[in-house]
Amino acid sequence: MSDPSAASIVSTPPSHEPTEIGGATNAGLPENARREKPRGLLGDAWRDLRRKPLFWISAVFILIFVVMAAFPSLFTSADPTAGNLSRSLEKPSGHAWFGYDIQGQDVFARTIYGANASIVVALLSVIGTLLIGGTMGMIAGYRGGWVDALLSRIADVFFGLPFVLGAIVILTTFNGSGSSNSAWEVKGLVIASLVVLSWPVVMRLMRSSVLATKEADYIVAARALGAGTGRIILKHLLPNCLAPLLVYGTILVGSFIGAEATLSFLGVGLKSPVVSWGIIINEAQNLIRVAPYLLFFPAAFLVAAVLSFVMLGEAVREALDPKLR
Amino acid sequence: MSDILVSEQSAVGPTGRPSGRLLEVDDLRVEFRTRDGVAKVINGVTYHVDAGETLAVLGESGSGKSVTAQTIMGILDTPPGFVTGGQVRFHGKDMLKMSFEERRRIRGEGIAMIFQDALSALNPVFTVGFQIAEQFRVRRGMSRSDAKKRAIEMLDQVKIPNAKGRFNNYPHQFSGGMRQRAMIAMSLALDPEVLIADEPTTALDVTVQAQIMDLLAELQRERHMGMILITHDLGVVADVADRIAVMYAGRIVEEADVYDLYAKPAHPYTLGLLDSIPRLDEKGQQLRTIKGLPPNLMNIPPGCPFNPRCPMAQPVCREKVPPLLQIGAGRASACHFAEELVNRD
Amino acid sequence: MGRYLLRRLLQLVPVFIGTTFLIYWLVWAVPGDPFAGKCGERPCPPGFVAMMTEKFQLDQPLYVQYATYMKNLFQGDFGTTFGGRSINDIIATAYPNTLKLAVVALAIEALIGLTAGVVTGLRRNGFLDNLVLISTLFLIALPIFVIGFVLQWVLGVQLSIIEPTVSSEMRFPELIVPGFVLGSISMAYIARVARTSISENRRSDYVRTAIAKGLPMRRVVGVHLLRNSLIPVVTLLGTDLGALMGGAIVTEGIFQINGIGRIVYRSIVTKESATVVSIVVILVLVYLLMNLLVDLLYAALDPRIRYE
Repeated sequence: MSDPSAASIVSTPPSHEPTEIGGATNAGLPENARREKPRGLLGDAWRDLRRKPLFWISAVFILIFVVMAAFPSLFTSADPTAGNLSRSLEKPSGHAWFGYDIQGQDVFARTIYGANASIVVALLSVIGTLLIGGTMGMIAGYRGGWVDALLSRIADVFFGLPFVLGAIVILTTFNGSGSSNSAWEVKGLVIASLVVLSWPVVMRLMRSSVLATKEADYIVAARALGAGTGRIILKHLLPNCLAPLLVYGTILVGSFIGAEATLSFLGVGLKSPVVSWGIIINEAQNLIRVAPYLLFFPAAFLVAAVLSFVMLGEAVREALDPKLR
Repeated sequence: MSDILVSEQSAVGPTGRPSGRLLEVDDLRVEFRTRDGVAKVINGVTYHVDAGETLAVLGESGSGKSVTAQTIMGILDTPPGFVTGGQVRFHGKDMLKMSFEERRRIRGEGIAMIFQDALSALNPVFTVGFQIAEQFRVRRGMSRSDAKKRAIEMLDQVKIPNAKGRFNNYPHQFSGGMRQRAMIAMSLALDPEVLIADEPTTALDVTVQAQIMDLLAELQRERHMGMILITHDLGVVADVADRIAVMYAGRIVEEADVYDLYAKPAHPYTLGLLDSIPRLDEKGQQLRTIKGLPPNLMNIPPGCPFNPRCPMAQPVCREKVPPLLQIGAGRASACHFAEELVNRD
Repeated sequence: MGRYLLRRLLQLVPVFIGTTFLIYWLVWAVPGDPFAGKCGERPCPPGFVAMMTEKFQLDQPLYVQYATYMKNLFQGDFGTTFGGRSINDIIATAYPNTLKLAVVALAIEALIGLTAGVVTGLRRNGFLDNLVLISTLFLIALPIFVIGFVLQWVLGVQLSIIEPTVSSEMRFPELIVPGFVLGSISMAYIARVARTSISENRRSDYVRTAIAKGLPMRRVVGVHLLRNSLIPVVTLLGTDLGALMGGAIVTEGIFQINGIGRIVYRSIVTKESATVVSIVVILVLVYLLMNLLVDLLYAALDPRIRYE
């Protein structure tokens, strides 16, 4: 997976006019944009979005994957971990759509159940990244001075670690051989390493939009009217700086699904008996000549999920960027 | 200084109709096709410039004066801009029908252009010297060292101090005035017959503005170039121009010798422009302005486009578009009441 | 230029120290017993423990350990595996292969990515433009190991156009597909960034000036437009080098190329964490230095940075 810190597909949309504060909060969440107002950037963006087939396709896919992650039993009645060696490596059939793996486990069921670990890890990591990066960026941008300098240097240090390399170091240290972490501890470690290595990007994004908004006349006016720091941040800064963050977050979900799979594939991420797409692909890689279907079905799900989030993020970003219209 | 200049030029000022014009724009029409609709930016502009004379094209922003210049140079953004009619003749040949190569050869050598904002018009990543010398190398096939020598000469001619030392400087290392001088040097490098100066002093400090205008006027005289000076500043025009064409909503509404225009404007719009210049002798009085806004080019009002803002508007002005008609030697006006205007006291 | 270089070097020092210290701390100080789980399934051999403890002064305070570690690193001593092989030797045999692969990947990136970006940037909204937009989106979204497996299976196993794995001779034609896999994501980014920057700069005033000067279109695009549009592409390359290194681990693993990435991959599988960490630290160093190099290139392209 590409380095999720490569921010190049995310440019910072310009900050919005004060009249659109209320709406801007929903920028990254088109589902919430139903209360559309036929004016301003937000209304335009939503109107633009509604006409994009890519937006609808990716939204539907995401919905399916989320339901799959939450209620896997809706899609399959088979047990993903029930192995039966007598049916090892059976080809796909009407009975088991994706065939059986070397342990005789139902690949379709495993792929369905794999959605949960992949999506939960990605979502939690994104939430963590946005919270930490956003808070740091807000503090650095709002306080400025030595606080900004210090936080920015700390971010530089973490930014200096290439993603996969950094994650390998963290995970081999805490999740290496001999460690007896529970499934949730391992998930926690993967989430932690994704967050630790990705927050600097969000911080920079947040910091620059805070810096750009901070000096806006209406904020200066609010301060002159005696609004407190907390109020200015919550009521004025946050809503304006949230849109680029949420767009980036959406794309990041896709990147993180891929990143988790990459780490599991390398053997440093999640491990059996946890079921995730990365693990299924990792287990299948040595059988690629014998049973390629073991690899392709989970890979197809993985790709579809990553693409859906990335495309949704792209669609929202384009809709929010007036320069592209 | 300025008075001498004007009188000197007006002595040769060609106000008749000599044959073999240098550059003629004839009934040019340009529209911008955007998602929101079609804007008719140029609606039949006709003007010409001859060797050794300066034509000032005057108008508000959005009047189409810059778009006309871009069309002449062939640097109109297409899309959204499209030429829908008319001709641009250089030495009698319609440039709009020429091949890209033919037109390219005219650029720089036949017609050159100075842009408003030299900082963005000069390429930020190349030295000023390179950008001037480039023309000698590409267009004249000169060697690197010869081209450099010529480029330094050009920088010298536009009075950039220490031209040799400045050769290797980047645009951002120049001051605003120096940058515009470099821009002038670049446009004059190939010794063009016509120079189009698109608001050459708008981005500059007032003190520097005068220096740049003086320099332009001097170079124009020395080289006997035809110059089209695009501006919205009546003050600038009086000093330098021989003739003035006033543009409004993509049309020429008045064309006249600089003296005639100032003395007896033949269009209410020109009158309004002249009245809105602050005068020292009328200190204390309120500034007169032209009421209203320029028309929306996607929806130009029927009749005379100026009629909604015109203090003299009559019913006929809302029905018939006044054509640009000759009202005397070298004068034309597109107003139904041009005669009355000129003859009133 | 000299002052810019100095400033960049000075800025690099704290990042360098911070990053390496962070890794060192994570690896040797946090787990309590520094040798827990570092030598495969079994505990580390006592000889290895004794040697490492002495060499890196693991019984000393953390800052002494770190200083010793860095001193060894700068003297070109990267340590040994627990099996006793010198990591210097391992790297010496592996890095030429990785370098070859990286060069092929970079060439493919630059060639295809830039061409696609420039062509679509000049002519937006055509069929080609949409094709490039969608295919790059796919490449960006696909994890690199999926691209690798799919190409290996389709081209290598099904169609037999290539050998599924690269031989030890590392012949150039064998490296084209692995190089494409490794460079694919950066290629997509380069195409997109180049497209955006070309189509933005295409309308810029200085391009108009260049046309108005009567320069041939080739020169307007190839010199004036391209030079400016390359600046964001180079900036992108800097942030992307890290992804390239992560990608090398995956790509070399899939195509069984005996490079540094494969050693990391194999060490992970055989659970030789000590080796993994040593090599990754070196890769981080390379990454930081390469970033400095990219910065210099950036300054060479954009005089406004140089003279700031």
